Amino acid sequence: MSDSRNGSPGPATGMGHHPTGDGPLLEARDIVQEFVVRDYGGVKSGVVHAVSGVSFEIWPGETLGIVGETGSGKSTLARSLLQAPRPKSGSVVFAGTDLVTLRGRRLLRARRQLQMVFQDPFSSLDPKWRVAELVAEPLAAYQVGDRAARRHRVSEVLELVGLPPAEYAHRRPRELSGGQCQRVAIARALALSPALIVCDEAVSSLDVLVQAQVLNLFERLRAELGLSYLFIAHDLALVKQVSDRVAVMYLGKLCEVGPADSIYSGPLHPYTLALLDSIPSPDPEVPRSAVGGTIRGEPPSPVNPPSGCRFRTRCPRADERCATEEPRLRVLGDGHAVACHFPLEAGPPPANGQAPVRVPLPAATPTEGRPGEAASTG
Amino acid sequence: MSAALDRPARAGAGVGGGALLDVRDLRVRFHQGGTSVLAVNGVSFTAWPGRTLAIVGESGSGKTVTCRAVMGLLPPSAEVAGAASFDGTELLGLADRQLRRHRGADLAMVFQDPARSLNPTMRVGTQVTEAIRSHLPLGRREARERAVELMAMVRIPLPGRRFSDYPHQFSGGMRQRLMIAIALACHPRLLIADEATTSLDVTTQAQIMELLLDLQAELGMGLILISHDLGLAASYTDDVAVMYAGGIVEQAPTRRLFGHVRMPYTKALLDAVPRLERQAHSPLPVVGGQPASAKADKAGCSFAPRCPSARDRCHTDAPPLAEQAPGHRWACWFPCEDGGHA
Repeated sequence: MSDSRNGSPGPATGMGHHPTGDGPLLEARDIVQEFVVRDYGGVKSGVVHAVSGVSFEIWPGETLGIVGETGSGKSTLARSLLQAPRPKSGSVVFAGTDLVTLRGRRLLRARRQLQMVFQDPFSSLDPKWRVAELVAEPLAAYQVGDRAARRHRVSEVLELVGLPPAEYAHRRPRELSGGQCQRVAIARALALSPALIVCDEAVSSLDVLVQAQVLNLFERLRAELGLSYLFIAHDLALVKQVSDRVAVMYLGKLCEVGPADSIYSGPLHPYTLALLDSIPSPDPEVPRSAVGGTIRGEPPSPVNPPSGCRFRTRCPRADERCATEEPRLRVLGDGHAVACHFPLEAGPPPANGQAPVRVPLPAATPTEGRPGEAASTG
Repeated sequence: MSAALDRPARAGAGVGGGALLDVRDLRVRFHQGGTSVLAVNGVSFTAWPGRTLAIVGESGSGKTVTCRAVMGLLPPSAEVAGAASFDGTELLGLADRQLRRHRGADLAMVFQDPARSLNPTMRVGTQVTEAIRSHLPLGRREARERAVELMAMVRIPLPGRRFSDYPHQFSGGMRQRLMIAIALACHPRLLIADEATTSLDVTTQAQIMELLLDLQAELGMGLILISHDLGLAASYTDDVAVMYAGGIVEQAPTRRLFGHVRMPYTKALLDAVPRLERQAHSPLPVVGGQPASAKADKAGCSFAPRCPSARDRCHTDAPPLAEQAPGHRWACWFPCEDGGHA
C-alpha cells in the first residue's frame, strides 16, 4: 500500500518508520474549534475562531512540529485532539478509531495511548503529592495491575527519564528543579506506554542547559520506545531540532506543512519566512534581517478574522485576490504544502544565509551527533 | 516630534564621553530568618552612552538582582556592598528620596511582564502621564501632549485615540511598548531592559528590539539588556557579560565573545541552544549538574563541578576575571581553545 493519499507524505526521513505499511497513527480532518464570547448578562457578543478547518496526520515514529505565534491556535488544536474540549466539528482518527464519536469509558480507553506534557511543570503537578504518587496516578486511574505492579512500573519510568527512584520517588515537586519537574511530567505521560505524546511548549520555560537535557531525553525516548510526538512550540529553531515534519499555524489555520528540511531551507509562505527572519542568531556575524520590511503589525483578532487569506493584513505580497478568495492548502512538491496564492519561490537561499547540509539519516537508530558542527557555518 | 524630545542640557552629560554607569565589585546578600544567601558576588561592569550591554545567564545567576541593586529596587532584607556610580554620582547608599531623582530621569527600567507591570484599572494614558508628572513640572494638558507624543514615539498606532484605553485592550507587544513609553517619559540616559522581550513572540520581539535600538540611536541612551537568550545578545548588542552563580565569568565586545569563546560555561550555553543549522534529532551537547549558587568562601571556580575541562586546580583556586586578551576578560584557568565556538 502506498502512502500517496491526498499527496500526504510519509515520514520525511524514514526515521523510526514502522515497516507495517499501515496508515497514519493520528489523522485529524477539518478540525474546527470555536468559543463563544459573552457580554454582561450572557449576551453572545462574538465567536473566537480558534481553529478553523485544520487537517494533518502523524505517522508512526514521526515527530510533527507545530509552530506559530501566541493566539494562533496551537494549544487549542492540541486539546481538541485529546477531546478536551471536544472540537466543534471534524474528526480525529487515532489508531483506527475516531475519538470525536466516542463518549465516556470508550473515549478514556481509546485515549490511553495519547498523552500530553504541558508547559509549566510546577503548576501541572500537585505540590502536595510525592513523585511516586504523581507518576502512579495515571496507572491507578486506568486500574493497571495491582499495587506492586504499579510500583514496579513507576520505578521503571522514573529510571527511564533519568530520575533514580531511590533518590527521587519520595520527593515533592518543591524539592525538585524545573527540569526535574518536567521529567516527572514526562514520566507521568510515559507510565501508560503511549504511542503519541503531545508536547505543548514542554521545554519553553526551562533554561538553555536544562532545556537541552530535556530535549535529549525526548530524543532518546523516541529512539528507544518508538514514540511519536506532536511538538508544539513558538521557537522555530527548537522545533527544527526535534521534528521530521513541521506545520506552521497562523490565526487558526495551517499556512504551510512539509518536511522540516524543505520548510527551513525553502519556506513557501511569506509568514514562515517572516518567522524565520525574526529569529536572532547566536552568531553575531549573521546579518540581522530587517523584520520591519517583511512583516508589519500584530495578528488580527480571531473574533473577527480577515476575509480570504488570514495573513493578508500583514503580508507584503497581498493582492486583491487574497481578500476575496481563501487560499487552499496545495502540495508544491515533495509533501510540501502551502496555503498561499502567491507562494515564494521554492529553493532560494534561506533567510539566515546558511545553506542546510542534508545528511541522509540512517533509519531507526539515533543519529550520531557531532556537537561541533553547529557552528561551522559561522 | 524629536524636537520636543530633545533632552535638556545637563552638566556633564557628555554623550560619547565618559562611562554612564560604572559598577565596581557589587555584592548583594539576602538575609532571611537566620540564614543569608549571597546572590551577587563581586560584579563589575561599565555601561556607555549609545552602547548596548547584554548581561546573559541562566535563572538565578544574579542578572536581575545586579540591576535592581543599581536601581535601588531591592527589598530591605538585601545587603548591598560595592560601588555603582552614575556619571560621577554614587548610587549605592543614597536615601530613597535622593535616589528617586535619578530613577526615571537618569536610569529607567523595563520589566519582563508588561501585563503585571501596568495597572489594569487605570487608563494607559493616565499611567504614562503619571510617570511624566511625577518627574517633570508640567501641567495636565502639557503632560497629556507629551504622553501622546511618547506613545507615538514607541509606534502605538492612533495614540490620541488609544490614550483612554485600558491595558487589557492592548496586545502583549503593545503593552511592552507602553512600558517603554513610561520608562522613556523623562528621557533617561540609561535604560535597563530586564527580559523585556522574553514573554513576546519572535516577530514581536524583533519589532520591540528594533524599536529599542532606534530609540537608543535617536536619544543617545545607554542600554543594558538582561536576557537568557544568547541569540538576542549576539544580534542586538555591542558588549556581553556572561554571569554564572552570582559572578561574571566572561566579558567582551559581542563579536569578540561569540567568535572567541574561552570560558567553558559560555561554550556550554552556546552549544546547548537549538539552532536552525543543526541537523534534526542530533543530540545537543549538554553539561550535567545543577546551576550553583554563589558562595563567598567557597574555594575554586563556581563552574568547576559541572565543567568538562576542570582539573585539580579549578577545585581549589578561584580563577580571577582578568583581561587576558584586548577587551576580553574571562575567569578560567584552562580556557577553551581560541578557535571560535566550533
